[in-house]
This record gives sequence, C-alpha cells and structure tokens, in this order.
Amino acid sequence: MNLLQLSWKNLVNKPLAMLLSLVLFGLGVGLISLLLLVNKQLEDKFEKNLAHINLVIGAKGSPLQLILASMYHIDSPTGNIAIDKVKAFLNPRHPFVKTAVPLSLGDSYRGFRIVGTTAAFFNLYAAKIAKGQTFTQVMEVVAGAGAAQELGLSVGTVFKSSHGFIVDDNLVHADAEGFKVVGILEPTGTVADQLLLTPAQSIWAVHEHGAAHSGVETEDHSIRPLTDFLDKNITSVLLQFKGRNVQTLNMQRSINENTDLQAATPALEISRLYSMMGIGADALRWIALVIMAVSGLSIFISLYSSLQDRKYELALMRTLGASPLKIFSLIVLEGQLLTVMGFAIGIVLSHTGMQWIAGAMKNQYRYAFSSWIWLPEEGILLAAALGIGLLAAILPAIQASRTDISTTLASE
Amino acid sequence: MLQTTDLQFAYGKNVLLRFPDILLQQGEHWLLLGESGSGKTTMLHLLGGLLSPQQGKICIGDTDIAQLSASRLDRFRGQHIGIVFQKSHFIRSLTVAENLLLAQKLAHAPLDRARVASLLERLQLGHKMHSKPSQLSIGEQQRAAIARALINQPNLILADEPTSALDDHNSAAVATLLEEEAKAAGATLLVVTHDKRLKDRFPQQIQLAAL
Repeated sequence: MNLLQLSWKNLVNKPLAMLLSLVLFGLGVGLISLLLLVNKQLEDKFEKNLAHINLVIGAKGSPLQLILASMYHIDSPTGNIAIDKVKAFLNPRHPFVKTAVPLSLGDSYRGFRIVGTTAAFFNLYAAKIAKGQTFTQVMEVVAGAGAAQELGLSVGTVFKSSHGFIVDDNLVHADAEGFKVVGILEPTGTVADQLLLTPAQSIWAVHEHGAAHSGVETEDHSIRPLTDFLDKNITSVLLQFKGRNVQTLNMQRSINENTDLQAATPALEISRLYSMMGIGADALRWIALVIMAVSGLSIFISLYSSLQDRKYELALMRTLGASPLKIFSLIVLEGQLLTVMGFAIGIVLSHTGMQWIAGAMKNQYRYAFSSWIWLPEEGILLAAALGIGLLAAILPAIQASRTDISTTLASE
Repeated sequence: MLQTTDLQFAYGKNVLLRFPDILLQQGEHWLLLGESGSGKTTMLHLLGGLLSPQQGKICIGDTDIAQLSASRLDRFRGQHIGIVFQKSHFIRSLTVAENLLLAQKLAHAPLDRARVASLLERLQLGHKMHSKPSQLSIGEQQRAAIARALINQPNLILADEPTSALDDHNSAAVATLLEEEAKAAGATLLVVTHDKRLKDRFPQQIQLAAL
C-alpha cells in the first residue's frame, strides 16, 4: 500500500471527477499534439519538395496554384505555355540557369499523376533507379516508389493513362498507345515517390493519337530535345539558378512584366501559404491551450474540494505516523497521475487522429504521412503536462500538509 | 510508562490549561474523566503527540515526546501509540484490510498481511476484510478502528470517547474488546470519556477539574 497505489485508489473512488479531468486534459494534449504532428509533416513535405528550385515559369494565373501544381502536384495545373516562349531557359548554355526541368501535366493513371519531363527531373529530387532503368524511349515510364507500390507496377507493366486526375473510365485514352514501365525509383521521401515520369513527348503522343493513326508521326520513339518541338506546349518549367545575382533577381519581375508568362518563387509562395494556414493553426493552438488551462483548473478544483471531504482522512493519516511531507506528496501525486494519464489519452487520440488524417490525405493528394512518429515536442508536452499537474496540485497539497490534526479531529 | 509532569497547554493567548501530573504503569488501564470543556480531548491529543504542550514533560517509556522534532514525533506516534476516536474515520477509498496495511506502512512497519487477517478475524471482522469501511455498521466500524489502533502493537492505546456513539450492547462490547486487546498486547490503556457506563469497569481513574 504505497503512496502511488493510495493516490490511484483515491482517484478511482471518484470516477466522474476523474473522468472529467482526464477528458479535458486528454483533449487539450491531443489537439496540441495533433497540430504539432500535422504541422511538422507538412513543413517536412514542403521543405523537402522545395528541392532548391528558385523559380517556376508557367502560364499567367495564380502564382500559388502554379507552385502547388508544378512542385507539389496537389492543385490543378495552370494553362499551357508554348515551348517557343521558354526555349531560352531550356538552352543548356543559359548564363544563369543551372538546371531547367520542363513539366507537362494533366494526365493520370488511377489517381497517380503522370508527369512529362526530362531526365533532369531525377536530379532535382536526387532520385535513383531501384529497379530497371530510366526512360530512353517515348511512352516509357519510370514510377516513383510509392506510386509503384500502390498501383502494383513492376518493370514491364503496360497501362493506359486517363485525362485529368479523376478516376473515370470515360476519360481513359483508350485508343492511344499504352505506357510501359521500364524503371522504378528508390523512395526519396519527396513528391517524386508519388509520380509516374515519362518523356514529355509521350504526353503529346497520347493526345495526338489521331495524328499518329493517320501515319503522320510514325514509329519514331527516340527522345529528342524539347527545343526540337517549338510549336508544342508544356505546363511549366522548374529552374535552378547557378547563383544569386541581380540578373536572377530581376528575372522574375521582367518575365511577369514583359511576357505573357508567369514566374513564381517557391519559397515566397510557400511562406505565403504558411501564413494563410497559420491563422487557423494559431486559433486551434489557442483553443487547445485554453482547454489545457481549463483542465488544469478542473484538476485544481476537484483536488481542492476533495480536501474538505477528506480532511479527517488526512488528519487520520497524520495520527498514523504520516509526515506533512507525505500528505503533500500524496496530493501532488494525485495531480500528477491525472495529468500523466490525461497526457497518455491525448497522445493516443492525436496519433489515432493522425492516422485518420493520413488516410484522407493519401486518398486525396497521394501524400504519405506517418501517424506513429514521435516528436521531441511531445516530450516538451509531457513536461508541460507534469508542470500543469504540479501547478494545479500545489496549493491543495500545501493546504493539506498544513492541516492541524488536533483541531480537525476535535471538530467532529 | 506514561508520565506527565507540569503539563500546560495554551489556547491562544488567554486560555491556559494546566493538567494534573499522571503516572500510568505498563499494562494498566485507566479512565480519564471530566466534564465537557475540561480539556479531556486536549490532554488526549497532548498524550498522543497530536498537539505540543506549551510547557511540561510527556514521557512514554524513556521518550519525552514533548522534546521530539516534528518528524520524529510523527514516526514515534505511528510506531508506539494507537489512537481510537469517538467517530471512526477511515480512508474511504481503501478496504478495511487495506486501511490496516496503510497503518503499518505509515508507521514504517513491515507489511504483514497474515497479522492483518488474524487480527480482523479475532475482532470478528474477517468476513468484512475486503469491504469498504462505509459498508460496515457503526459497531463494526468501531471494532475496525480498534483493530487499526492495535495493528502496530503499540505500547500505549488512547481512546477518545470510544463508546459514546454506541448503544449499551455495543458500548459494553467495545469496552471489553479494548480491555482484552490491551491486556493481550500488554499495552497501557487510557480511555477518555464522560460515559457513565464505563466508570464501574475501570477502577483507576483520573478526574479533570472543570475550568
């Protein structure tokens, strides 16, 4: 019969009061922890996928949409741009551009996006081939690790793409030539995992299959530089600069002002997105903090009011040899037990919630989140929980330890 | 075994209680009598180390408990003094047996479940061992309180009006029990009461004068 057992039995003796404190505390901890989890993983995703891209060039429209569609593959793509307009950036001898990766978006296979691009795409995300090889012919596909696993693709699989990102049999390019998987990437932890990559020519081939049938473009499947197709369209170009200088700084403004193209800076747009989401996250965080404070108050009130009820018990313990310190510890322990159990409930809630969110995210955006990772912030949260427990229990504990045994017992 | 000398206690600044010197030998049974307000309970609390005297000595065995530090006093009380109160209080969240185990624990005595069981058996509470105190009758509660006072084999048993809340039958039973158990343990027993039913049973009596 040690103090811990005693404080536990004292708590279960009043199950409803305990339940209220636990539910409140669990909710507060759960909300904060869930916010931390979602925030951390979103930031991780955004961070990793930045891939040192300095500028994205596409059609006029919303810069955020351009970034989201071209770099994160979660929004619908902006309009098309003619290769002729961006040929200067695709020139390997461009003085400021280190890497230029063209993207042709708009098709998918069972919910996974097909991206028409060049081999330079792999370098952006440091993606290595795990099985098979890279594409060397039009209509060949290299699948991201996650996409391959989800779709059950292996080297040699042939599939037909569909128009847009919705899974709908009516939108399948049924009479076009099929894509053939020739390679599968190692997992990178970036958006590349969820994509199906093919030469840009494949996308045109699928959409111009009428022409292909009429025999205009025959069986030439070799990949040629994009600058050979100045009349064709792509969606956007991702640029990495050689270095930061006045010309690169001016490039965005001059594109936006002098051409009918749009240039957007990923880091800028993402921080704009953060600040927009941040308002909601801040509000939730405050709500969670208020819930935690209220639960601390409820623990304080339930401990304090139980003192009046239990003053004979406590005086009795003193006559049986318990020191004031022991009485103090008993009450503090009751507070700590409540908050630790509330913390445990909150953590289970948040990670279960995360699992649910991860499932929803995966269905909607093909983004993989993990629900059972542990953040260092959760350790801080535990410390905060213990702190709140101590704060809530300390006044009742002091009061209890100061109880005058004789007066209490004589007042019966 | 229990001896007080020149014992005084001050309530606030104006009220000073003086107690007669007493001397109880080991194993003796005494009654402490007095009208309401004569300071009976105060004297019991002084003897039990629940209050500290303003002046004077309280020797239990070789120890003057008036001189003990607060923490030594807590410990001494747990180990050497068993107290039975008028109304029996228990830790409500614990069973009767657990209440006795807690008393052993708080007195830093080894947990002895066999002794708890045999003591409760002897006081005819064996069947109530695992009940909560609230499920016991008043008579049973008082027996359980006596069991708790006895569990650590104290040298001194103090009882504060142990029978005043009980009917004649239970009162006699509790008095007999106290006497028997004190005798069996060889402990000194001091019963504080104004219960006239007990006066004939205990020939050795201390009378406190009214203020």
